[in-house]
Amino acid sequence: MKRKTKLEVKGVNKIFTSHTGQEVHALKDINLVVKEKEFAVIVGPSGCGKSTLLNIVGGLEKATSGTIEVDANKVFEPGADRGMVFQGYSLFPWLTVKENVEFGLKIKGFSAAGREKISTKYIDIVGLNGFEKSLPKTLSGGMKQRVAIARTLANEPSLLLMDEPFGALDAQTRVVMQELLVSISQKTQTTVLFITHDIDEALLLGNKIYVMSRRPGCITEVIDVEFEGTRGHNVLVLPEFMEMKKKIMDMLWQDSTDAANGK
Amino acid sequence: MKGKKAENIKIVKKLSYTSLSIISFFVIILAWCGLTYGGILDKIFLPTPSSVIMATVNMVNDGTLASNIWSSTYRVLVGWALSAILALPIGMLMACSKTFNAIIQPVIEFVRYLPVVALVPLTLLYLGIGEGQKYTIIFLGTFFQLVLMVADTVSSVDKNLLNAARTLGASPYQRYKLVLFPASLPGLMDSFRVTMGWAWTYLVVAEMVAANSGLGYVILKSQRFLATDKIFSGLILIGLIGLFTDLIFRAITKIVVPWHERLGD
Ligand SMILES: Nc1ncnc2c1ncn2[C@@H]1O[C@H](COP(=O)(O)OP(=O)(O)OP(=O)(O)O)[C@@H](O)[C@H]1O
Ligand SMILES: [Mg+2]
Repeated sequence: MKRKTKLEVKGVNKIFTSHTGQEVHALKDINLVVKEKEFAVIVGPSGCGKSTLLNIVGGLEKATSGTIEVDANKVFEPGADRGMVFQGYSLFPWLTVKENVEFGLKIKGFSAAGREKISTKYIDIVGLNGFEKSLPKTLSGGMKQRVAIARTLANEPSLLLMDEPFGALDAQTRVVMQELLVSISQKTQTTVLFITHDIDEALLLGNKIYVMSRRPGCITEVIDVEFEGTRGHNVLVLPEFMEMKKKIMDMLWQDSTDAANGK
Repeated sequence: MKGKKAENIKIVKKLSYTSLSIISFFVIILAWCGLTYGGILDKIFLPTPSSVIMATVNMVNDGTLASNIWSSTYRVLVGWALSAILALPIGMLMACSKTFNAIIQPVIEFVRYLPVVALVPLTLLYLGIGEGQKYTIIFLGTFFQLVLMVADTVSSVDKNLLNAARTLGASPYQRYKLVLFPASLPGLMDSFRVTMGWAWTYLVVAEMVAANSGLGYVILKSQRFLATDKIFSGLILIGLIGLFTDLIFRAITKIVVPWHERLGD
């Protein structure tokens, strides 16, 4: 089956200059193609430039060189077509759950009734019915992250960018959220670019995994993940899963021993 | 059960705070009584509580108290409102535009260090002793500080919230209105409350230099007649009105930003 290209990252470099004038080559010649409805995952150690790459795709940061194309159009600015879920939750603390979810719709000029219909749908999907009128400060971390996801989904972006959205959650909540995300992405048919440093999470969620290494941040390997049947936590014990996990671990391990030896 | 217990502890704590406040006031009044009724201090220096109460009652009866309180309050409100209305947009612009900040900040920093009292002679020269001069003094005393407080509050808003709004499609104007302003509100309310207190101080200064009404004027006139009891009455009233405005501001803040989490709540 041939799918259209949703996102193309072409030769992206990012060099930060710190206040001492020192240059950090955060991203080096990043190229990647994400097809429509694909769930692409970037996995890599802390500090390898994952957030930087996602922010560039989202339009929040400028690449030093290279281009980002969404639906074959170059993008420079953030836009409602690319929804982002951040490493922190970034909920608006003065708005209720419902108002947070409706934020993007309000901006697009939807009527109150139109907003209500969509927000109800997504609050339902993330399982937060009954908390519509709650303020973020009264919610747990997992609930806040669900609001953040619903807020982004309610905008119905064609590309969903997620930066370690479950990083701060405990193991059980994380499992629940991962399964939720798998079912949502299948239901809404959204293209996803997902960032994590957790290999299990990458294998569980991704159709395609990009492995990144550090200093300078570059993509060292692309892995296609194909499991039979629906993906759930049962795949974690399959032999082919173990094999892929070992492969990725070896790559990341190689990277960190290289770094330790100063290569 | 647990919630109820915590609630009870909270109430007990609140009660004990209130009673502590009352006790500290009580001790002061007791010391005052001892010093005056005990004949330790001359009543020209420190009048007895009863004579202060009498002086206040007299001013209430001849109608001067209400009119003086009103003219002072009115001046504070006008002067402070002018400074708040201007400081809000200018402070927000300073926080958001480097160019604007570069143009305006040096001026503000400079004027900020001029003591307002030192400007009183000039304002009298330019504006006379009318109401305009009072508003100007209050404005000069609060505006330059308030602008910087607003700019500071706005520029410390969590950048991630602004980024979230951008990725949800918000235009620059929508980011001002829907994110920057509400996110700054708790800090803004605090700045407003604090500068309101300063406005009172500067007003009394202005009224003591040149005025024919207001609480500052009452104090100054009483000094000429050595009416220490009236001076004390004026001082206590200024303190009480200040306390009262503060309470009102805190109450409004609770209503306007119920979402705000504060240390010690
Ligand atoms: N604004 C900046 N100025 C200078 N250096 C930066 C800046 N932002 C990021 N960096 C550097 O770029 C590199 C990549 O940072 P980035 O936040 O993208 O890492 P990450 O892969 O998301 O890490 P983590 O998994 O810990 O979130 C780091 O070395 C970091 O120090
Ligand atoms: Mg990161």
